[in-house]
Amino acid sequence: MTEITTTAAGDKPAAIRLTTRQREAIAGVLFVAPDAIGLMLFIGLPMLLALGISVFEVDGFGGFKFVGLANYLKMWGDPLFWSSLRVTGQFTLMLVPLLYVSGLGLALLVQRTSKFNTVMRSMFFAPQMVSLVVVALVWQLMVVDKLGVLTRFAASIGLGGISFLGDPNLALFTVTLAAVWFLMGFYMLIFLGGLQDIPKEYYEAARIDGASATQSFWFITLPLLRPTSFFVLLVSAVAAITGAQAFDLIYVMTKGGPANSTALLISYIYQQAFQYSAFGYAAALATLLVVLLMVVTVFFFFLTRGGRFDYE
Amino acid sequence: MSSATLSRSQANVVRLVWMLVTIVLAVMAIFPLLYMLSIAFKGPTEVFKSNLIPSKPVLDNFIYVLTEVPFWRYLINTFIISAVVTVVALFFHTMAGYALARLKFPGREAVFLAMFSTFLVSLPVIIVPLFILVRSMGMLNSYAGLIVPAIFNAFGIFLLRQYYLSLPKELEEAAVIDGAGYWRIYTSVILPLSRPIIAALAILFFLANWNSFLWPLTVASDQNLWVVQVAIANFKSQYAASWNYTMAASTIVAVPMLVLFVIFQKQIMDSIKTSGLK
Repeated sequence: MTEITTTAAGDKPAAIRLTTRQREAIAGVLFVAPDAIGLMLFIGLPMLLALGISVFEVDGFGGFKFVGLANYLKMWGDPLFWSSLRVTGQFTLMLVPLLYVSGLGLALLVQRTSKFNTVMRSMFFAPQMVSLVVVALVWQLMVVDKLGVLTRFAASIGLGGISFLGDPNLALFTVTLAAVWFLMGFYMLIFLGGLQDIPKEYYEAARIDGASATQSFWFITLPLLRPTSFFVLLVSAVAAITGAQAFDLIYVMTKGGPANSTALLISYIYQQAFQYSAFGYAAALATLLVVLLMVVTVFFFFLTRGGRFDYE
Repeated sequence: MSSATLSRSQANVVRLVWMLVTIVLAVMAIFPLLYMLSIAFKGPTEVFKSNLIPSKPVLDNFIYVLTEVPFWRYLINTFIISAVVTVVALFFHTMAGYALARLKFPGREAVFLAMFSTFLVSLPVIIVPLFILVRSMGMLNSYAGLIVPAIFNAFGIFLLRQYYLSLPKELEEAAVIDGAGYWRIYTSVILPLSRPIIAALAILFFLANWNSFLWPLTVASDQNLWVVQVAIANFKSQYAASWNYTMAASTIVAVPMLVLFVIFQKQIMDSIKTSGLK
């Protein structure tokens, strides 16, 4: 490694004389270089490339033809694009609140430190250990029409004859449920981390003043959880919009169907790129996704007055 | 009603109900996993019967998956890729984390900010340009293509930097007085001190790579390079009706990670809990 030679050279006064500060700076740059270059090459560069590729028409063999803004203009008249945008919005609006409530709810449920709660936490978190492909397969099996265990459960409570993945009005909700089941343990832990940081004295004081558990929750827990809430809402919203987890689920469970009712923007991008080799159009759509992502982030920071993580 | 006004027996009832609710929800949470196991041991005629415990548990499904499909090959591929990514990533991330926390160099804050800004960029967002980039590097359908782009993510760097910021400086200073160079300090002071966090991150990285699907699916169409997740996703479309085979394959893929979780649950959950903020 180059680091060895640098430091070794520094150790020998005979080599080029460097001040301690210079040696530290050189070591620092070299230590950070592999990751910095890697991140730049495999995350930074692709983001710039998306913008670049989006003004070309790319064929399956890597031939590029400059088309200007045509790929962006194409979106306007593309009903499947609009539909994927709407589905992404619906998915986000379902997923984010459900994750917030389930994550916080579970955290409150198992908040107290005890052997029992430790086991319960592990059970809630266990789904996270399984891949999304497996999650998708198991859920698909559970909701098989007529025969699946959830389908039959639904029938037993008077919801007979429903098709969880076959009904365009229901399929996205089913996928969302699978996603919530998979993710809730993760957000439970994030909330547990946040709850731990709230000083116990506040609850003591409130109890002495005669505050009920509900009052303690609204006036102590929720306000003091603000930094955690902000983090959870931002991360889950970004995950929902970009399809970070949903992509795998949808790819395996529904392939975007029925009738495109579960085709997220990201699913549509993937289809355009890897099924139709329309890389230019896909890159334009991906650029739009990045813009959306930035809008949401800025919106959150605005909402929380500069993303204030600290308590007031 | 405030808890202070509750009598002892009432408080016990409340606690009991609370525990019952928790147990019911927890069982619901792991039900799909139990269901997967159940079907994996069921014969083809029993798949949709409502009994959770198979009346005659069979190993046929596992034998079928492991003998009729080159599943071993997929398992080995996945293991190699996950292990290499984990080791290289930890090597790079500890170096970067140490430098960002402890070494002063020009542009350090800018580098950290730039790294941090990639935190919210998930793979789907850049998959199209990343694919084109990797293709132009000639890495499609190769282990390099599967491994190299998976190494770099800001999460690990970020956690390690925070960890190193919290370490006492005295130990390094002693090493500096002894005339140790920075590489020596890194290998003989920093790395040994970071054993617990390295262990936790190693599990998380291995897990994430074992479970990853989108990138292997996109970069390697060559069946010899398939990882298990791609294999079972394809498996289903091949044997659409044979849920017992699909669940057996899923079980083979999921169980190692669940075992890992049972052993290391404290480390895994603690490292996620602290990753939130702070």
